[in-house]
Amino acid sequence: MFLTISTTGSAQRPATDLGHLLHKHPEKAQAFSTSYGTAHVLYPEADAERCTAALLLEVDAVALVRRGKGKGRGGAPDAALAQYVNDRPYAASSLLAVALGSVFSSAMRGVCKARPELPDTPRPLRIEVPALPARGGADLVRRLFEPLGWTVGAEPVPLDTEFPGWGDSRYIRLTLRATDLTLAEALRHLYVLLPVLDDAKHYWVSPDEVDKLLRAGDGWLAGHPERELITRRYLSHRWSLTRQAKERLELVRLAEADDSEVEDFDNAVEPEAEDEEKPTPLAVRRREAILGVLRASGAARVLDLGCGQGQLVQALLKDPAFTEIVGVDVSMRALTIASRRLKLDRMGERQASRVTLLQGSLAYTDKRLKGYDAAVLSEVIEHLDLPRLPALEYAVFGAARPRTVCVTTPNVEYNVRWESLPAGHVRHGDHRFEWTREEFRGWARTVAERHGYAVEFLPVGPDDPEVGPPTQMAVFQLGTPKEAKAA
Amino acid sequence: MTTTDITTAAARGRALPVTDLSLVVLIGASGSGKSTFARRHFKPTEVISSDFCRGLVADDENDQSASRDAFDVLHYIAGKRLAAGRRTVVDATSVQQEARRQLIDLARQHDVLPIAIVLDVPEEVCAERNAARTDRADMPRRVIRRHTRELRRSLRHLEREGFRKVHVLRGVEEVEHATVVTEKRFNDLTHLTGPFDVIGDVHGCSSELEALLGKLGYADGVHPEGRTAVFVGDLVDRGPDSPGVLRRVMAMVKSGNALCVPGNHENKFGRYLKGRKVQLTHGLAETVEQMEGESEEFRAEVREFVEGLVSHYVLDGGSLVVCHAGLPEKYHGRTSGRVRSHALYGDTTGETDEFGLPVRYPWAEDYRGRAAVVYGHTPVPEATWLNNTICLDTGAVFGGKLTALRWPERELVDVPAERVWYEPVRPLRTEAPGGHEGRPLDLADVHGRRVVETRHMGRVAVREENAAAALEVMSRFALDPRLLPYLPPTMAPTATSQLDGYLEHPVEAFARYEQDGVARVVCEEKHMGSRAVALVCRDAGVAAGRFGAAGGGTGSLYTRTGRPFFDDADVTEEILGRLRTAAGEAGLWDDLETDWLLLDAELMPWSLKASGLLRTQYAAVGAAAGAVFPPALAALEGAAARGVDVGELLTRQRERASAAAGFTDAYRRYCWTTDGLEGVRLAPFQILAVQGRSLAALPHDRQLALIDRMVEHDATGLLRTTRRLYVDTADAESVRAGVDWWLEMTGRGGEGMVVKPVDALARDGAGRLVQPGIKCRGREYLRIVYGPEYTRPENLARLRSRFLGHKQSLALREYALGLEALDRLADGEPLWRVHEPVFAVLALESEPVDPRL
Repeated sequence: MFLTISTTGSAQRPATDLGHLLHKHPEKAQAFSTSYGTAHVLYPEADAERCTAALLLEVDAVALVRRGKGKGRGGAPDAALAQYVNDRPYAASSLLAVALGSVFSSAMRGVCKARPELPDTPRPLRIEVPALPARGGADLVRRLFEPLGWTVGAEPVPLDTEFPGWGDSRYIRLTLRATDLTLAEALRHLYVLLPVLDDAKHYWVSPDEVDKLLRAGDGWLAGHPERELITRRYLSHRWSLTRQAKERLELVRLAEADDSEVEDFDNAVEPEAEDEEKPTPLAVRRREAILGVLRASGAARVLDLGCGQGQLVQALLKDPAFTEIVGVDVSMRALTIASRRLKLDRMGERQASRVTLLQGSLAYTDKRLKGYDAAVLSEVIEHLDLPRLPALEYAVFGAARPRTVCVTTPNVEYNVRWESLPAGHVRHGDHRFEWTREEFRGWARTVAERHGYAVEFLPVGPDDPEVGPPTQMAVFQLGTPKEAKAA
Repeated sequence: MTTTDITTAAARGRALPVTDLSLVVLIGASGSGKSTFARRHFKPTEVISSDFCRGLVADDENDQSASRDAFDVLHYIAGKRLAAGRRTVVDATSVQQEARRQLIDLARQHDVLPIAIVLDVPEEVCAERNAARTDRADMPRRVIRRHTRELRRSLRHLEREGFRKVHVLRGVEEVEHATVVTEKRFNDLTHLTGPFDVIGDVHGCSSELEALLGKLGYADGVHPEGRTAVFVGDLVDRGPDSPGVLRRVMAMVKSGNALCVPGNHENKFGRYLKGRKVQLTHGLAETVEQMEGESEEFRAEVREFVEGLVSHYVLDGGSLVVCHAGLPEKYHGRTSGRVRSHALYGDTTGETDEFGLPVRYPWAEDYRGRAAVVYGHTPVPEATWLNNTICLDTGAVFGGKLTALRWPERELVDVPAERVWYEPVRPLRTEAPGGHEGRPLDLADVHGRRVVETRHMGRVAVREENAAAALEVMSRFALDPRLLPYLPPTMAPTATSQLDGYLEHPVEAFARYEQDGVARVVCEEKHMGSRAVALVCRDAGVAAGRFGAAGGGTGSLYTRTGRPFFDDADVTEEILGRLRTAAGEAGLWDDLETDWLLLDAELMPWSLKASGLLRTQYAAVGAAAGAVFPPALAALEGAAARGVDVGELLTRQRERASAAAGFTDAYRRYCWTTDGLEGVRLAPFQILAVQGRSLAALPHDRQLALIDRMVEHDATGLLRTTRRLYVDTADAESVRAGVDWWLEMTGRGGEGMVVKPVDALARDGAGRLVQPGIKCRGREYLRIVYGPEYTRPENLARLRSRFLGHKQSLALREYALGLEALDRLADGEPLWRVHEPVFAVLALESEPVDPRL
């Protein structure tokens, strides 16, 4: 909510020209009302040698929360607690950028009627932002500002000096220095990059402001090496938030009831996976292997248990041999994305009649899942706490009892071959366990025996002679005579 | 019947018996008077006419082209009524066999009796009546002629088609004067309330039967208190004295001291007695041999007795169903071949086991009915409840015991077998049929929109989207439902204070309770930590036996969304161990006659569980404020020094800076570093339930006394006491003391307090539940909730318009669900019944409500 802009000068080129450039008189403290509170401009120092303008935005936190509320149940605000106790009144967030744009609009456009030559002349500039929220840290701050000609000082603010163990906060004490930039350029950089670094869930930014932000990038954004990141951060927050906020509110509330972060609960879908699908080669191999197993089994009616965002369902739809495809997932968000991916609402009737998406849970038996030819559990079991695995086992092999069951899971032995994976780490934050080949086979054989299935194992991905394949797969067949005898 | 009777009957017209739950098919040509007949003898809602359905689908009751759709609608409505157990009368011509076949199928599908009432009226009469009706005036005569012809042709084979009763009314007169007499079904004995003693499979063990009857208090087949014995069948075969058992049971039934349903063994024996060819296997040979010494008269009596047995009985207002082999709910009180077959033989999967015996379908696992089903048929070592069903066949004839269930007391009484009378083909299973370890609950028990019946607040609804969120959390993060018998309800804050500088203040809470007629309240210190529920078992055996805990665990410790508190099971066990020791040292196991405790508690510090949230949200706000104010204030001071007028702005920023510092201080009080369990504190404040009892209604003073004993006996320093103060809501002095106590506590940084009725489960003058507790949070603490600067007058003024209604309603609904879960747990109800309200609490927690409340 606070930043300062300073310049130096001499008797010939007085620093106080800054007042002309900003259209704000150095001897006055002026207040401007903006959408999010009152912005004040004042000069702690102003003489020929040094002049500093300070912008202080008094964010009205209470009004911020009440904005757009007042409907629904008794007018009670229906939003995440994170909105009530938040850093908006203190941090140099997107709100400050908006204030900057409105209070210094002429300066940002490079207009100065009294002294038309001033705006185009670069001058020594020093900008200080004491609390800049920066997702990506000091490193990203440098990557964003340095290519634009700034000398960057970026010093992380500790979270709480009484608890050094908590480490640094996401705030940076930012100092920018430059000699060959104009003030208008400087302001436009800030106007765009403050919200990019903030990267917060600013539910309250209206769409047209985003257009304004993009206009401000004119002249420098196109050539910026981080252009993609800059645009992506804007765009993703612009259109997805209002819609998604709605979808996940129930989970947000449950997380809050538990004093937990929303991300601890609403993490069934990886954030990156949502925007664009860039399947990893292993995911493709896995899908091919599964399709191979299903085709070989002659299955026509198939369950994809834990279908996630529906990639496998999509692949199955392309093969008319699969006459009925049911995708089941416990995450409503995953199902929404799957439905969007499959374009279910626009699909022809005949095609649509082949596919169903259901919310379901393998921690419970489910009568709707009985009587299918095959079921796939691809990268599913490792997302369950081990003590709850017997429930899944019974729900699938005891209750649903499809003829063929195809289970894939990571082979933890292979993890040493992933260069990017630190030793002892699982491949995904939500993996509750990862098994060796022996562990997986032991489990699969016990399950098969208990429920009257035969089981065989197939590698997926390169089968390393030492550590095996990256993904291991078990294919269960119901009541194969050989196995029945063994049982 | 005497002659007079016949005369009167004739004068009255014929009386047509019609079963109370049946599908009545009226058969007659167009114009034969079916609708008039139906109107006269049945409730308007019982009757569905094809004309009406034609009107529904085609706007014209006579549009014959719409017949197919109209009958679809008719069958659909009739099906819904029959499924709900309501008699249904079909008013259509039904003169064609195909039309009747569909209706008979429908009746069978819903296991009700199809009954035909034929209105055989002369063709001329029909034609005249139709001519008199404007909408049917142009109906061709040949249509009526065809109807009449088809009707006549049908008459002979109606019974063969499957109608269980056929009433043919000939001529206008007979139709005119007939009356319908509603008959109860044979299996409907709901009016009998017992009390009952339901007795398991006897199998000719006469001596054990006499011993059991004696133990139950019967003297020569009569109970002095008028109790009724109910036999679940399989009286005969295998054992030493089937005739003796029959003699006793038949006499008791005859004298009205007993009821009896048939077992598969009676059924087969009955066929033998009727001279059918049956194989003398499974112990029938023994019975046949024993019967040889009996008189022909006795044999005839037995034959008649067996023939007259009704497949199952619905007793005691519908809360008790007795049959031989178990019965799913949709068959209760129904009448059809398959109902009888299920009642006698049960359901099988079609497979056979290693002993060549059919594998029985575990119907009891799927059972979700309200009525208790008491049955026998499958020998088990112990009679145990599963989903409100119990099998009483404890294998007396195989050397087990003969068991009876006292109803409604639900007490088991048994006598051991005198010896092994018959060698079993396979050993008795170690578990009740279908009661398998580790089988999960069914999704249908929790999914979608649901209504949970609670004893303290009636029906509580759960919306679909909330159930969906709960399903996700319950499946992905929560503990096994068996170790999660309760979730704590949310709590409403006190009404908003108008006192200067305060958003919440205890005065309103005391006033509220006084208004609700609650005289004595307890103020309990609110520990700022994380809510924790602890299930503490006396040992791993109890945990496994009562709660199905696997792997040697002795209970659970979980958060308010059912997640395990610690990822490391050893840490959980360490805490449970300390609680167990404290409870033991304090003598709670013996005093409460239990081997497990369910505790509601607060686990501290807050930073232990909420560290993620603290870092990303609370400390972050403090850090941003801490970083921004010094340079901002310096800038303002610089400008002021230059003579720029920044007076008010500077003052305000200083105030804001100090508010932000207050915020940081506020959250810091609830954070401290821990190492293992070093520094961890647990403050239990209520014992929710123990073996066989919910303690939710135990007054809080007695609750706290029990807990104090635990805290005193904890040598490890883990347990913390909860400070408290009792207040009389009508006494101004006492209220002032309560306020002072709160001011003192919150002034030192305390979170605040919870005010509760001392009597725990309290109701207001109108009999409604009152809030089980009202929280009054401290002024400084609320900075964490409403933001650092909420105390600024302009902020407080706006924040005061907050709406508590939804939060209060939510708190009460969740409270009622929590009480329900505890009651069900204490009553030993099936897991799905306990899980249902627990799941509902989690679902309600995702309802939209101001999270700051």
